[in-house]
Amino acid sequence: MSDKDFTAEGGHGAVPTASVDTTPSETAVAADWPLYEVFVRGRRGLNHVHVGSLHAAEEKMALRHARDLYTRRNEGVSIWVVRSDAILASSPAEKDPFFAPSGDKVYRHPTFYTIPDNVPHM
Amino acid sequence: MNDHDTPYAVDADTHDQWAFGTSFDDPLAGVDTTLAGGIDGADLATYCLMLADDALVSAQRLAQWCTNAPELEEEMALANVGLDLLGQARLLLARAAAAYPAIVPALPDGSPVPADDALAFFRDEPLFRCVRLVELPNGDFAHSIARLLVFATFRLATLQRLRGTRDPVLAAVATKGVKEVTYHRDYAARWFLTLAGGTDESRRRLNQAIADLWPYVDELFTPHPVEQRLVAAGAAVNSSTLRGEFDDVLEQIFRAAELAFPSARPAALVGCRSGRDGTHTEALSYLLAEMQSVARAHPTGAW
Repeated sequence: MSDKDFTAEGGHGAVPTASVDTTPSETAVAADWPLYEVFVRGRRGLNHVHVGSLHAAEEKMALRHARDLYTRRNEGVSIWVVRSDAILASSPAEKDPFFAPSGDKVYRHPTFYTIPDNVPHM
Repeated sequence: MNDHDTPYAVDADTHDQWAFGTSFDDPLAGVDTTLAGGIDGADLATYCLMLADDALVSAQRLAQWCTNAPELEEEMALANVGLDLLGQARLLLARAAAAYPAIVPALPDGSPVPADDALAFFRDEPLFRCVRLVELPNGDFAHSIARLLVFATFRLATLQRLRGTRDPVLAAVATKGVKEVTYHRDYAARWFLTLAGGTDESRRRLNQAIADLWPYVDELFTPHPVEQRLVAAGAAVNSSTLRGEFDDVLEQIFRAAELAFPSARPAALVGCRSGRDGTHTEALSYLLAEMQSVARAHPTGAW
């Protein structure tokens, strides 16, 4: 399978689409609006965190939908949105060559140093 | 996972059991709730009902879009707008009850229903003071968007000036409301432009909505005697002075939408009485029946 067989869908990571019937249903209306992924930076957060996805006609509408769906309980101070099809996801088939090699490299962690108490977020 | 990795983290500092909704602001924190001298309590209560009922009835109409909106995302957006307005209505109803307790409907002894709920759920239709614009049925999406644009533009102009009222509670509600209604107007204006520039059908529906709604616009800017007395006391906003700003804002939007600015004869009044006097279209009675029936069936119920 090539990279193109995987797309970031609905906040659930890489979804294989190779053997899935992707013929549009004749009644599929919601599919008219593209999917966007939403990232929110919380009040005390340092970085934007993926919180979910939504449908919108264009990116400004996506930003407003994100405000209405994901920050209505006081969660955020900043929002990013990006079209889901603009994200390239790593494929499950590449999991071992991608991620397994880092599992035993203890020397890459700064565990041999004493970290002062006043250095946060290490 | 570190707590900064998710905006939904439980607040470890306060040991709060809730993952959501921590550190809310109380819009009335530190506000002096005593009635300022020279302001008549009964008048202030009636004026609060006007502001509250516009918001309450709008909120109920917007809530009716739940499960009916064209997209899930729009459903949430409309419900959020409705909940903002419901929050304003609750504070205003509570202020009405505090300013003039006799205005609150009588309930059976031992009823735990608070004053704001009593005013919302146990008050009869002729005692509602909303303008007729907000009570009209939702119609289609274009109708609801056009109505929201008109209402939010009017309410934003009102609340902006109401921040300077001599009643500290009204001023606090207005300060909170300005931020909310600014978003409502922005939301409605964006959809208004989208529908105007969309398909022939969306433009036709928007034009129909404007034609249906415009006869009810003049009522927004017709000051009620109660309002005029409170304007003299420095507590209210004279709604007739808002028309210029309202027309300026909407003319800009209509120009961008390439729509002719409407001029329609105002909808007739019954015996010179408008919604502000408690004379409504038949739509309000159906809305209130749906909204009030459960609470009225259980006047001593706790929710």
